[in-house]
Amino acid sequence: MATELKVAWGPRKDNVYLGKEITRLDGIDKASGAAKYAADANPKGCLFAKVLSFKGGAGKVKSLDLSEALKVPGVKAVHAFVKEGDELQWDGALVAAVAAERQEQAEDGVRAIKFTFDAMEHFVDEDDLKGAEAAKRTKDLGNNTKGDVEAALKTAAVVHKGSYGIATISHMCLETHGSCTRWEDGKLIVNHSTQNVSGTPANFVSELQKQHNISVDAADVTVLCQFVGGGFGSKFAADDWGVAAAKMSKETGRPVRLMLDRATELKIAGTRPSGFADVTIAADKDGKIVAWDSHHWGTNGGMKGGTINLAQFPYVFDFDNRNRKATGLMTNAGPDRAWRAPPHPQLCALTDTAIDDIAAKLGKSAVDVFLANIDKTPEKLQATYVAEIKRAAELIGWSKKWHPHGKGGDGDIKRGLGMAIHTWGGRAHAGTCTVRINPDGSVESLSGTQDIGTGTRTTIAMVLAETFGITLDAVKVRYGSSVYPRSGPSGGSTTIGGTSGPNRRAAIAALGKLFDVVAEKHKVDGNSLKAKGGKIWSGDKEVCTWKAACGLLGQMGIETQGEGPKDDGLTSEQVGGVQMADVSVDIKTGIVRMNQFVAVQDCGLIVDLLTAKSQVYGGLIMGIAYSLTEVQILDNNTGRYINAALENYKLPRLGDIGELIVEMYQPDSEYERGVIGLGEPPVIACGAAISNAVANATGVRVPTIPLTPKRVLDALKAAKA
Amino acid sequence: MRDPREETIPQENGSGVNRRDFLRGSGAAVAVTALATSDHGATAQDATKKNVASAKAQDVTLRVNGKDHKLSLEPRVTLLDTLRDDLNLTGCKDVCDTTNCGACTVLIDGKPTYACSRLAIECVGKKVTTIESLAANDPVVAGFVKHDASQCGFCTPGFVMATKAFCDKNPGATLAQVRNGLGGNICRCGTYVGITACAMELVTKKGGK
Repeated sequence: MATELKVAWGPRKDNVYLGKEITRLDGIDKASGAAKYAADANPKGCLFAKVLSFKGGAGKVKSLDLSEALKVPGVKAVHAFVKEGDELQWDGALVAAVAAERQEQAEDGVRAIKFTFDAMEHFVDEDDLKGAEAAKRTKDLGNNTKGDVEAALKTAAVVHKGSYGIATISHMCLETHGSCTRWEDGKLIVNHSTQNVSGTPANFVSELQKQHNISVDAADVTVLCQFVGGGFGSKFAADDWGVAAAKMSKETGRPVRLMLDRATELKIAGTRPSGFADVTIAADKDGKIVAWDSHHWGTNGGMKGGTINLAQFPYVFDFDNRNRKATGLMTNAGPDRAWRAPPHPQLCALTDTAIDDIAAKLGKSAVDVFLANIDKTPEKLQATYVAEIKRAAELIGWSKKWHPHGKGGDGDIKRGLGMAIHTWGGRAHAGTCTVRINPDGSVESLSGTQDIGTGTRTTIAMVLAETFGITLDAVKVRYGSSVYPRSGPSGGSTTIGGTSGPNRRAAIAALGKLFDVVAEKHKVDGNSLKAKGGKIWSGDKEVCTWKAACGLLGQMGIETQGEGPKDDGLTSEQVGGVQMADVSVDIKTGIVRMNQFVAVQDCGLIVDLLTAKSQVYGGLIMGIAYSLTEVQILDNNTGRYINAALENYKLPRLGDIGELIVEMYQPDSEYERGVIGLGEPPVIACGAAISNAVANATGVRVPTIPLTPKRVLDALKAAKA
Repeated sequence: MRDPREETIPQENGSGVNRRDFLRGSGAAVAVTALATSDHGATAQDATKKNVASAKAQDVTLRVNGKDHKLSLEPRVTLLDTLRDDLNLTGCKDVCDTTNCGACTVLIDGKPTYACSRLAIECVGKKVTTIESLAANDPVVAGFVKHDASQCGFCTPGFVMATKAFCDKNPGATLAQVRNGLGGNICRCGTYVGITACAMELVTKKGGK
């Protein structure tokens, strides 16, 4: 009788790897510089390409002449992204590309391009709703109502009206978007900086056909990406510049590496949409929120006229009486792309700030008011939120440190506390994999997934080592090539479930087959067998070593396939999470400093505790960036993105983050939920938590995130007037 | 690796050097001075003119990781591009190209330096050390792995070089000194906690020697 193994995670106490702190397997490659990214690809004969991008708010192409560029020494190919009469709708829009023997020659070529345009009207002021309406740059994105807001407002103990906002930011991947393309025997090979290894070949095929009338079978396109220097939701496509590289590569018969320059990267390779809201919020005397009325607007760039989803507003809390309305602005700004947890950071920043303000108006601690309204959060998360809020409050010393808004000290430095809560799905994406047990005892996993820095390679190895009872070094994880079995794109915290599920399933199937062979050879019941500590056991009795068992397999070994997601309990979805910030505000300079930042985060079954914590630390640091300094600045006069460079696009450095305290919320009930994604959640609540802490310190709400020194000073000044 | 003897290396630049490009980066002033040494009476402006006249590729020998490399390079080519594109030493990354982020940190005569801030010709006669020279068991590399101080990893080699230089020079440094000393590098994923822990462990060990 064939061995039948149940598809499930094992008892938590028996785990050797799962839930432990395991250092990432590619750590040495990364720290020693051996890791090769698309930007490092330099095959023999490689040409280097640079782009000419539009410098203006909006314009119509008058003339574009690339002939002089082709005469520049070293230049081998040119490409026009636009033609006469085309409209360029945002700063940074692509005009042309030049490929040359050396980077500096490509730059010479770009300078030799003759390009003229007629300027067109532009509108870039993303928070100016009235101006946008006057310029006919708005789209009504609807409204809806639940309950009776008017009646609730009449009976409420307190009503607060406030304005809130969160500005557009760019993804700022340190490895800019781009690829190195080459054709070999009619087949296209792309070293691509991507979060979507399996999905990109088809995108190259369709875009090459559509844009350049170049036909190639998807089966003849290979996308490779072992390492990617940041994506954060912006690297899922072939992209026009990747397709242009492939075209120039075909023309020249040479490899072409085209990585966007820093400025163009910031302008066109992805932004996070903005949101601004006028909110009326009302509560009873106990702090229970009885009414919510909001109108929010903002832009997702690209002349699309979108903003953050109406249906998700207000965030996490579903109040009994609610009006909501949204307006999208069409701005001449680069188009948005998914930015880590879209659009939750914005939703949270516009919701939890208003809740904090109503708490302040009641003279209550934010902790008490959030707890008083937990019954309006999703039912399955309520107990988690309560536990996480209490734990975070302990960690930051809320009860000792808290004071009413505006009582942050007598001197110029005011100190305050703020909190916010979030949620995210994190369901496994669709994915497949192959698992092999080789006759020598080594094990392989093959899948067309990618490790975007979250530790996917390491967690796959941990799942297989745990399942087979072997050491991590016996597991080879092969990924980052579209030749391998398809796996989903790494976006939306879907990869940990999308890879650990299929690998566990395939490994359990393979183990069953191995047990069949062992059972027959050793005359034992296959269903009594276990693999642990490099050995096969029947009950408490050692049957043979793992190697000896694999030696029974013959040359073909065992190969199984896994897929997902499935409803077998290995993975699930929806997490909570609570963050609390302790800040100091210098009211003379407007500078906000982080003292402490606490995150308590659940994510179901944790595969690697070390890399899980790193995700949360990273989320907090990205959160500090967009809360305090990081912002896309578009100039009203010229329509241009005037800080599209690292010296003016301000990111925190090592000394700017204060003390970060991360605790994973992991009672057994979380383990039993199975694996849930973690990449998005920890970056969500940061903006509201920090804004609330600044309001608590100063007694003044700085309406728009990031809370730059100027915005802080402006808000303090306005409050005095 | 690009063979400097291949036809892929330009022998002359017909369009003339672009002064802005030539002078880009904070190393530009030094470059002008260095090139002017053959003519002691020359002003900086004269030196620039002279450089335009000699914009052609020049034979230079760079000592990188203890090995001499003979290259033919235009004066305007940065050390960063030379290391990455000509010598295939891609551990140093091209991230900002404006001396802000530290991803291209290498050591020049032992001093941590942004490779994008130096022209390759400035480095003739100097010892350039890149991340590729570190031994597999280098304590900084091992510390980065132990403390999970990398995520996407793109800033990591630059941070490792900066950490190595800082910790070698500052045994017993305080947390505040570490934060300040490693403030010349930027990470986007948010690995500062691991990097700080790694650096503190290294300076504490060295301080206890």
